[in-house]
Amino acid sequence: MTIEQAIALAPAERAVNLIGSDLTEKSLKLHLEGLAGVDAVGLEQRAAGLGTRSIKTTSKAWALDTIIKLIDLTTLEGADTPGKVRSLAAKAVLPDASDASTPQVAAVCVYGDMVPYAADALGSAWSNGSDNGINVAAVATAFPSGRSSLPIKIMDTKEAVANGADEIDMVIDRGAFLSGKYGVVFDQIVAVKEACRRENGTYAHLKVILETGELNTYDNVRKASWLAILAGGDFIKTSTGKVSPAATLPVTLLMLEVVRDWHLLTGEKIGVKPAGGIRSSKDAIKYLVTVAETVGEEWLQPHLFRFGASSLLNDVLMQRQKLTSGHYSGPDYVTID
Amino acid sequence: MTRLTVPKTYKLYIGGKFPRSESGRTYEVATKKGAFLANAALASRKDARDAVVAARAAFSGWSGATGYNRGQVLYRIAELLEGRREQFIDELMATESLSKSAASAQLDTAIDAWVWYAGWADKYVQVAGNGNPVSGPYFNLSTPEPSGVIAIVAPQDSSSLLGLVSVIAPALVSGNTVVVVAHQNAPLSAISLSEVLATSDVPGGVVNILTGSPAEIAPWLASHADVNGLDLAGAEQLEWVDLQIAAADTLKRVLGPVVGVPAPSVERIVQWTETKTVWHTKSLI
Repeated sequence: MTIEQAIALAPAERAVNLIGSDLTEKSLKLHLEGLAGVDAVGLEQRAAGLGTRSIKTTSKAWALDTIIKLIDLTTLEGADTPGKVRSLAAKAVLPDASDASTPQVAAVCVYGDMVPYAADALGSAWSNGSDNGINVAAVATAFPSGRSSLPIKIMDTKEAVANGADEIDMVIDRGAFLSGKYGVVFDQIVAVKEACRRENGTYAHLKVILETGELNTYDNVRKASWLAILAGGDFIKTSTGKVSPAATLPVTLLMLEVVRDWHLLTGEKIGVKPAGGIRSSKDAIKYLVTVAETVGEEWLQPHLFRFGASSLLNDVLMQRQKLTSGHYSGPDYVTID
Repeated sequence: MTRLTVPKTYKLYIGGKFPRSESGRTYEVATKKGAFLANAALASRKDARDAVVAARAAFSGWSGATGYNRGQVLYRIAELLEGRREQFIDELMATESLSKSAASAQLDTAIDAWVWYAGWADKYVQVAGNGNPVSGPYFNLSTPEPSGVIAIVAPQDSSSLLGLVSVIAPALVSGNTVVVVAHQNAPLSAISLSEVLATSDVPGGVVNILTGSPAEIAPWLASHADVNGLDLAGAEQLEWVDLQIAAADTLKRVLGPVVGVPAPSVERIVQWTETKTVWHTKSLI
């Protein structure tokens, strides 16, 4: 065990700057275990308090449009087909066919092999590495379990990037994390980050999925968030959507607090993506409030905050139609996913 | 020792649960002479919205049950009503100033209406459906299927229990789910009926009962895009032409106001159905 702990880790820039150039499993572990514990009751109370805000009329209209702009429209099913991805892309470009003023979503999120179809279907709406347009995000590294060897995870990532993915959603090895092998998780994130490099030297954005539903404690969520940031993640993401519980407000609040602390410490801005389980506009608005109150309204932009969701968009569109028409809308007036 | 009375709280019935109004409002229910009887929940448009969501969620299960099964479930409601005779008679006497025999007669008619409609659950398809004659090697079959969520304004002038039963039962027979605004001034028997429904085999959300002002709630139900039918039986005193116009905007089936209580009829069942016609080859015979 002690021998293992002396193994030097990949020299990720952030970790080297914060922990020191002699980065080892031991020094990383000491650093993570030195983080303050989470006050679970306080955290949940704070999250519940933020969820009670009443957002009405013009603020609500703004919130609904903002939510749409922050959505990663997702399909991650074994039964996905190029046709399904094409219809998803069409919805990303024009979410509400009855109202052309509806904003476009931030990205479509698909499995790696579906990236070419998604990029093709988005056509001129595809950002293709630029700042404008809709991104294509791909899940990689043996999503959702993360149970495969590192070379396979790297190839998985490289292939998705070569296919044109603008963003990579990777999963961490929760088994290694829970057994205290922080170095393994760290090295894997660093390696996948490197695999996100395109031929021209730029990087696809890396979102690190912590799968908080499997981490058991808030302390672990804080450690994993910190670890993912140190290793070079651009975004920290709550869940795959395949494990229950998926995103919850307290967990997202905790991750936002880590992001806030990191920003205060280094000036760097890390993104947060709650994913899974957010189905209603009402829930999504609670997240917007939480973001604004924790890290500031500046974070309510697609490069700093995302919703990973599929059914959420339809509910937001129905709420939007209600604001426009004055009467309640129904599922017959939005597309079937 | 004198004993304090324990008055009953009359709440809404939405999705199989008994919530208070989201708005927190209540209104006083009084006898015809003005004596206080109870506080009932004054439902808001958001309660109506929640009720439609609950009704929509319950639709696939209720419409997916066999007609035979629905008939049994509806018949059991009649059984349970019979078991609560005293309570219903007391409430009808208090809210409508009826004599005991008149209240009892209304309850009997209501129970008989349930039984009558329950019997149609596995029979109306044979009456409203058809094997159509075609000149080819095919079967051509038309069958009625439930429309979906039906919003109902229950009769408002008299017979609060019988009126309610006479509008919700026909909608339920074919597998629709309902959101009903009860008699505004005599809502007590409607809420007691919901307690019967909650303890019967009717799945939560199939019947949703709102108490309060039809004038306030009906326009929201009439314009709601996720409601498939609108029964204006008790809307005589409302701006029902406007309600029909709002309903037409979102393509609803509509029944107009009725004087008194609608008599039992197969037409009321078939009104809340859509006809599906399919072709089927004969070649495998």
